[in-house]
Amino acid sequence: MLDIEDLHVEIGGKEVLHDINLHIGEGETHVLMGPNGSGKTTLLRAIMGFAGLTLTEGRITFKGHDITRIPLHERAKMGMGMLFQRPPTIAGLKLGKLLEVTSGGDLKKVEEYSQYLHMDNFLDRSINLGFSGGEIKRSEVLQLMIQKPDFVMLDEPESGVDLENISLIGNAIAKLVDKDVHIVNRKKSGLVITHTGYILDYLDADFGHVMCDGVFRCHGNPREILKVIKTSGYKECLACQKI
Amino acid sequence: MPENIEQMEDLSSTEKDRLAQTGLEVEMKNRSGSFFQVDQDIRQAASLEKGIEVLAIGEALRKYDWLKDHYWKLVPRDKDQYTKFVADQPDPRGFVIIARKGSRTVYPLQACLFLSKTPVQHVHNLIIAEEGAELHIISGCASASYTKTGSHVGVSEFYVGKGARVTSTMIHNWGEEISVFPRSAALVEEDGVFLSNYVCMQPVRKVQMAPVAYLKGKNAIARFSSITVTTPGSYMDLGSVVHLSAEGASAELLTRAITTGGTLISRGMIEGEVGHTKGHIECKGLILRDGVIHAIPEIKGNVVDTELSHEAAVGKIARDEIEYLMSRGLDEGVATATIIRGFLDVKIAGLPDVLQKQIDAAIDAAEKSGF
Ligand SMILES: Nc1ncnc2c1ncn2[C@@H]1O[C@H](COP(=O)(O)OP(=O)(O)O)[C@@H](O)[C@H]1O
Ligand SMILES: [Mg+2]
Repeated sequence: MLDIEDLHVEIGGKEVLHDINLHIGEGETHVLMGPNGSGKTTLLRAIMGFAGLTLTEGRITFKGHDITRIPLHERAKMGMGMLFQRPPTIAGLKLGKLLEVTSGGDLKKVEEYSQYLHMDNFLDRSINLGFSGGEIKRSEVLQLMIQKPDFVMLDEPESGVDLENISLIGNAIAKLVDKDVHIVNRKKSGLVITHTGYILDYLDADFGHVMCDGVFRCHGNPREILKVIKTSGYKECLACQKI
Repeated sequence: MPENIEQMEDLSSTEKDRLAQTGLEVEMKNRSGSFFQVDQDIRQAASLEKGIEVLAIGEALRKYDWLKDHYWKLVPRDKDQYTKFVADQPDPRGFVIIARKGSRTVYPLQACLFLSKTPVQHVHNLIIAEEGAELHIISGCASASYTKTGSHVGVSEFYVGKGARVTSTMIHNWGEEISVFPRSAALVEEDGVFLSNYVCMQPVRKVQMAPVAYLKGKNAIARFSSITVTTPGSYMDLGSVVHLSAEGASAELLTRAITTGGTLISRGMIEGEVGHTKGHIECKGLILRDGVIHAIPEIKGNVVDTELSHEAAVGKIARDEIEYLMSRGLDEGVATATIIRGFLDVKIAGLPDVLQKQIDAAIDAAEKSGF
């Protein structure tokens, strides 16, 4: 699904990601952990193709195509999607109107999914304007359910979400990455940033990665990594000599 | 050039389309009355609603002597050269709408002012809603496709009686060399509501206006909304003025302005003259291509306990908003248009659905032409 080779990324002339290599196969869900400011969001934004960062070296391949230089919306059309940690507010543009456009006018689907995520009362509201933390995440998941990406990146989907909403969002996200499909037929892939690991109760992740200061410090079993981080914090990873 | 336009139906399809863009229903569907004036000729003045009259102003002034207490009572004859010009006309043109006590229009009344051949079209309109009446008016003003130059001067005086409700929606579709000078004022009595909406998304040489509302009765409400796109070569100087002169009176002035190269001046003035009054001005502007948006919001409080505020913002579409939509699969052009459409998408509280749809349609048309 996704291959990243020797990727270096700069923001404002400063290198933020150094020599990143990552392979995500079809049907796999990967987890990305790491302290604040380590470069996790930047990696997702580089994969998605946002402006404001420069890829100085390396290559990103998606579904067998080199996408390193192609624009953001074309990557989305090829089947990439992203849940934003902090999406922008768009005053005036109604959530329902955006979903109407992205669903290609399939209002029935918009209605069905928005009911499922308890967002039906938000369709007439400006996108993210005055939304609470949980509402923002539900709106993000709703947009992704309509978009149906084959590869979805989730930037801290559970931060700011209360316990009741976390199961709603967790179950919806699990569907986004085909967790309701038998492993043999599972096609969709995901890359999830999490600090707490709560989301892992809903999606079994196949691989875990720890990023510190713009480099991968560790790859392995996501539950094992989480256990270490929960007991000793990231300093264990920084001290780790295994890599 | 057509020889003679008798009825709206006689217009060519090009002209009908231009009028339809201003919200006019040539077939009168969903309309409860109509006034049609081509240049200086009044072609139609009719109401289908009981208790509501639509008359040519000359006829109305002859028929009802009491109208002289309303004629030139809100807009001074000598306010400026344009009102003087209208006042000097020996034979006034325009319409009078009288909604008797408790009457209401289910569908809006439409007024169509069409500039065809004359260099200057002048009108003087009186709109009177008596106690408890409800009146919705849509005025479409347009020039013929073959009319390249000319000007339109219109005086309108609105009387909103006790507990009455008047909405006036004006959609303009002029030509690049047409200049327009509306002069309007409204008097709103106790519990009366006056909503005034202005939409102009098509080229015009110059529009200059600053309608005034006098909220003289307790709890009177005025709301002015203006949604405009100023194209290259267009100059619009739009303002609205509200005097909060009775307890409980409140006003809101709302502007959404886009420039694609023209100049827009957005003036707003609310004066709190007595206590327990409220007013808010909101002006948002988007500069899509180099042009001018000049917001001049003014608030003036004269007493304790008048609450007045304003917010104005002028800028461009934020890059992260465009990219957000692009990440959902929209290309840059569609993402930008979707955000602009949202920016202009103002739901005007208290406006009947048919009229909101008409405003939405005018915006849709502008969106189709790519702003
Ligand atoms: N727009 C930006 N301008 C300057 N520095 C940035 C910008 N975005 C991110 N950074 C820097 O890049 C580094 C990685 O940030 P980020 O990817 O957001 O970290 P994480 O998501 O792991 O918390 C941080 O040092 C951050 O300050
Ligand atoms: Mg982050």
